[in-house]
Order: sequence, then C-alpha cells, then structure tokens
Amino acid sequence: MQTFDLAAEGLRELNSTLHAQSEETNQTKWEVVNPRGSHAIAVGLDAPIEVNIKGSTGYYCGGMNKQATVHVHGSAGPGVAENMMSGTVVVEGDASQYAGATGNGGLLVVKGNASSRCGISMKGIDIVVHGNIGHMSAFMAQSGNLVVCGDAGDALGDSIYEARLFVRGSVKSLGADCIEKEMRPEHIEILTDLLARAGSDAKPEEFKRYGSARQLYNFKIDNAY
Amino acid sequence: MNNSQNDGPPQTLPVQSATFSQNVNSEIRRAAATGIYDIRGGGAKRKVPHFDDLLFLGASISRYPLEGYREKCETKVTLGTRFAKKPIVIDTPITIAGMSFGALSGPAKEALGRGASMAGTSTTTGDGGMTPEERGHSTKLVYQYLPSRYGMNPDDLRKADAIEVVVGQGAKPGGGGMLLGQKISDRVAEMRNLPKGIDQRSACRHPDWTGPDDLEIKILELREITNWEKPIYIKVGGARPYFDTTLAVKAGADVVVLDGMQGGTAATQDVFIEHVGQPILACIREAVRALQDQGMHREVQLIVSGGVRTGADVAKCMALGADAVAIGTAALIALGDNDPRWEDEYQKLGTTNGAYDDWHEGQDPAGITTQDPDLMARFDPVDGGRRLRNYLNVMTLEAQTIARACGKNHLHNLEPEDLCAITLEAAAMAKVPLAGTDWYPGKPGTSY
Repeated sequence: MQTFDLAAEGLRELNSTLHAQSEETNQTKWEVVNPRGSHAIAVGLDAPIEVNIKGSTGYYCGGMNKQATVHVHGSAGPGVAENMMSGTVVVEGDASQYAGATGNGGLLVVKGNASSRCGISMKGIDIVVHGNIGHMSAFMAQSGNLVVCGDAGDALGDSIYEARLFVRGSVKSLGADCIEKEMRPEHIEILTDLLARAGSDAKPEEFKRYGSARQLYNFKIDNAY
Repeated sequence: MNNSQNDGPPQTLPVQSATFSQNVNSEIRRAAATGIYDIRGGGAKRKVPHFDDLLFLGASISRYPLEGYREKCETKVTLGTRFAKKPIVIDTPITIAGMSFGALSGPAKEALGRGASMAGTSTTTGDGGMTPEERGHSTKLVYQYLPSRYGMNPDDLRKADAIEVVVGQGAKPGGGGMLLGQKISDRVAEMRNLPKGIDQRSACRHPDWTGPDDLEIKILELREITNWEKPIYIKVGGARPYFDTTLAVKAGADVVVLDGMQGGTAATQDVFIEHVGQPILACIREAVRALQDQGMHREVQLIVSGGVRTGADVAKCMALGADAVAIGTAALIALGDNDPRWEDEYQKLGTTNGAYDDWHEGQDPAGITTQDPDLMARFDPVDGGRRLRNYLNVMTLEAQTIARACGKNHLHNLEPEDLCAITLEAAAMAKVPLAGTDWYPGKPGTSY
C-alpha cells in the first residue's frame, strides 16, 4: 500500500500521481493522510485503484471518478463524487450539499446524512444515504437511483425526469411534478441490490418510491394549435 | 383617401400608434389566442446603440498609417496565458461561439469546425456535449461546462483545448437553455440522457456551486482533472460587466467571455431576449475597466460577442480593449441560415428570409437548426465550412485594413483614442468622444 501525506506533498502531486496509475497498475491501494478538508482530492481518477482518505475532505472529493474506489474516512464537503462516471465513493461520515451531483454512473454511499441538493441533476448514478437528506434533493434528476434510509427534506425530486427515489422515512414535501409511485417487484429487486452493496440492513419493503408524474415534460408552444 | 375639398370635409390620414404598433398588436393577439409566451431563437432584434455608432478616425498628419497589403499587421492572439500550461494560439481574433449539437445539426457543427480550422481559429461546443464530428473537424475546440452538464464527462474534458464555464449568455442572462421536443431526436436524447421528444429546459444555475468563492474551487477541480493544461474561460451575459469580470478574475479565469444582448440563443422567450441584458457596446469598456483595476488587462484575455458582423466590428471591439471576439449568428448566416434561396419555404412557415427565428421548431429550410434528416441533407458541411472560412478571412482582412489605416501593426494596438461616436448614447457607452467634440457623457472631470 502506498501512503501519501497530503499536507507534506500537496494536492497537485497527489492527483497527478493517482492519474498516472494505469489500468494494469499493481499499486492498487493508496492511503491519503492529513487531508485536512482540502478540496478536489482524488478527482478525475480513471484506474481500478482504491484510495482511502484518512480524515475529512473539502469540495468535490472523488469528482468525475471513473473505475476507482474512493473511501472517505471522515465527512465530505460539497459536491462529493460530482459527475461520477463509474466506480464507488464511500463517505463514512456526513456529506455536504450536492452529493453525487450530475453523476452518470457508479455508486455513492453516505453512511451519515447528506445535506441539501443530494443527487441534483443525477444522470445514472446510484446514491445510497444511510441517514437523512436535505431539501431540494434530486432536483431535475434525470436517471439513476437515490436511496434514503432516513428522512427527506422539502421539495424532494422537484422537476424530476426518470430517476427513481426510494425513501424509508418521511418526506417533508415533494417538489413540482414528483409523486409517490407504486413499488413493483423490479423496484424491490433494485433496492435489495443497492442496500446490500451499500452495507445497509434496511428492509426494501419499508421504503416508498417516488418519481415523475411526467406532467412537465411538454409545454404548449406558440404554434401548437 | 380623398382630400379634395369638393367632396366633403378633408380627412386626416390613418395614424398607426407608435406605442401600439402592428408588431405589438400582433403579439397581443397571438398571446390572447395561445395563452403561452412566444419562444424564438436569435438575439435582440430591437435597435440598440451598436458598433455602427462608432467611427475610426484614421491616420492623418498627426498619425502615421501603414501601407495596406504590404506592411505587416498581426492578427494572432494567445488565449489562456494566466495559468494554463497550454494556452490556445489563434491566427485571427475571431472565434466561433458556443452552439449546441441539438440546437444545430451534426453537419452544421462539422461545418463550423471545418471553417474555423481552415481560418486558424477555435470553435466551441454547447449545451449537449461534444460530438466526435465536432472534435474531429476542429483543430481548436473549446468545451463548454454548463449548468445542465448534458453529456459532460471527464474524457471529453481532457480532449478539449480549453474549457468554458458558462455562467450566462447575452440573449438570456439569468436563464437556462431550451430545446423543444421536435429537436430531441434519438441521438440528442441519448447524449443528454433524457426521454425522447420532451420539451427540455436546461438549468439556469450550476448544480454544484453557488457564487464566486465556490466557482474558484470548481475551477481548481477542473484544473486538477486536466493537469492544469487547459485555459479556463468564464462566460457571462452582459448584465453587470464590471462586477462579473472582477469576480471571474477572482475565481481564477484565464479568459473572460462577455456576451451582449444581441447574442443569439437557440430558443428562449422573446420577452427575455428583448428585455434582459445590455447591448455589448455598453459592456466592453466596463469589463476592460475591471481588468485594468486588477492589473489583469491582457493577462486575462477578454472575448466579446453579441452582434459582431464585420471586420469593422472586430476592429472596434479590439479598440475598446477586447482581445478577441466570438461570432454565432453571423457564422450561421455564413453557413446559409436565412438565405433568400429558401424564400418560398420561409413563406410557407409564415415568415421571410432574414426574419426566420423559429429555430426551436426544427423546420429550418436551410437544414442548419434542425435534427430532421431530410432537411439536414440539404446542408453540405464541406461547402458550409468553406463559406465560413471565406467569411472569417474577409473579416480579418477588413479589421487589418482599418488597423493599418490607424497606423497599428497589430489589431491589439487599436485603442479607444482611434474612435469617435456619432450618437450621444454610443459615446456614453463606449466612453469615446462624440464626433466633433472631445467629450462624452460621464467623462471624468466634466459635467453633464
């Protein structure tokens, strides 16, 4: 295992070292110490490596990740795993705003709570939050799955497209065009798999599903008649 | 109308109201019939103070001109000198503005790449991601990083020659994009990860940052992902150019792109296009002042856009302090948009060449702003690219002609002192003297 002291060696050196890892690298395990809330840690990775960050991170940790597993042994600042393409990002603590924003793929797991706008504009990512999520989460969410084992704040799924939202606890309010939907067997199957991969022992049957009423998909235009 | 006194009392001619003009009345009737605001493409159509209101003084006894076609007048510009390891060098300061695949057809995007590449300049992606055709035909491609993040991925980010963080655009500062269902083809839907045929509205704010402090960190992330190689542009609409430019520089921009209200859009509400934002003429000097106040003029480059049509416009932008310009609508016209050859079809659509702006409907007779395979087939990207190259070359030659006449051996050496204004409004906005005077409204040390 390679250990990297961020305080001593700096962010540029860390990211360029991690970027230099290829598909075939045999240096697959990395540990980052002294992250001290730094921004943009382990961003733009594209190799099947595992990066363990020993502490809390600032903005955009694991941003645009491909293939790699990034594990934050602390809490994460805004935009953790933003625009992730594939791979896994796990946050042991809480995540700030915009967790998993615009993500296209991969799995983001937040063991604590996630703040507002979790899963905003998500485009295929799977997000599992063991705790609660804040307001305006899954705003304009396009596709993928957001699983919340606790409660959701105001305006969940506002202007949502085809993403699936699963919430075990209460939903303070639903946003525009977001409605509760029937939980069918295929949804239980998706949920069972995601909960298992995220290390949650919550029961799929305890969740409700929310999604788009599809009433905002088309608006009348000037020459429509 | 008979005004003869022999046939009864004289009658006055019918008077059309300037307030309730025929255009205004037709819009009232349209709104009353449909109950929905008017959506269209393009930029502001109203008359606003513009580059036509400025004139160059030219050389005379007190200034020494350069010989046209013989003495050198450089046009090369380097963009991204502040932080980027690999700045972009363009042969002419006229770039192609961001326009999306989706709004434009694939062949139209290809033609923009071909024309720009032949002229030695850059082209720009748009709200919908980067297409292989576009990347393949553009030697210098600027990748827009937009609030919607449609099609955004780190591989394309790394393939780009520069990254443009779009905060706003001149046609609709404060608004997001629109792409109506008629243009959401299978390919467009797949690139944007959206259901086919929906009326798509892009977000107006970025999803993962708010304000200049966050933007600074976002730019750090983009630089880290791309190894600090790519110039980072920040594009803003012409709203508060002094403050927006100041904050863009603070956030770490290499280049500021400033788009006035005449700048086009693929689709938005007409009321937005015509009533929000400032003319580009009012924005340039304020942006330059912001750069100068921070000691960043020429270190952070300024690209301006919004109604640039000719080499004279280019030269005027440069004289006001810009480093380069961007063209969008003008480039589409060079490709064949609104061409009189399609007049019969414009008539069928209830419009006429020069006025066609229903780009959102996807029925463009010229085959440019459409995803309809039959219409697209009318447009030849090779020929379109050649026309764009010719047009870019003509503009460059025109700008050089003016610069030489002003005694400048580089377009950058043009300066406000080379200009005068022929209207008070233009004098005030461009901060150059009203013709025949040494004064402009607001000139320091003078009173109104």
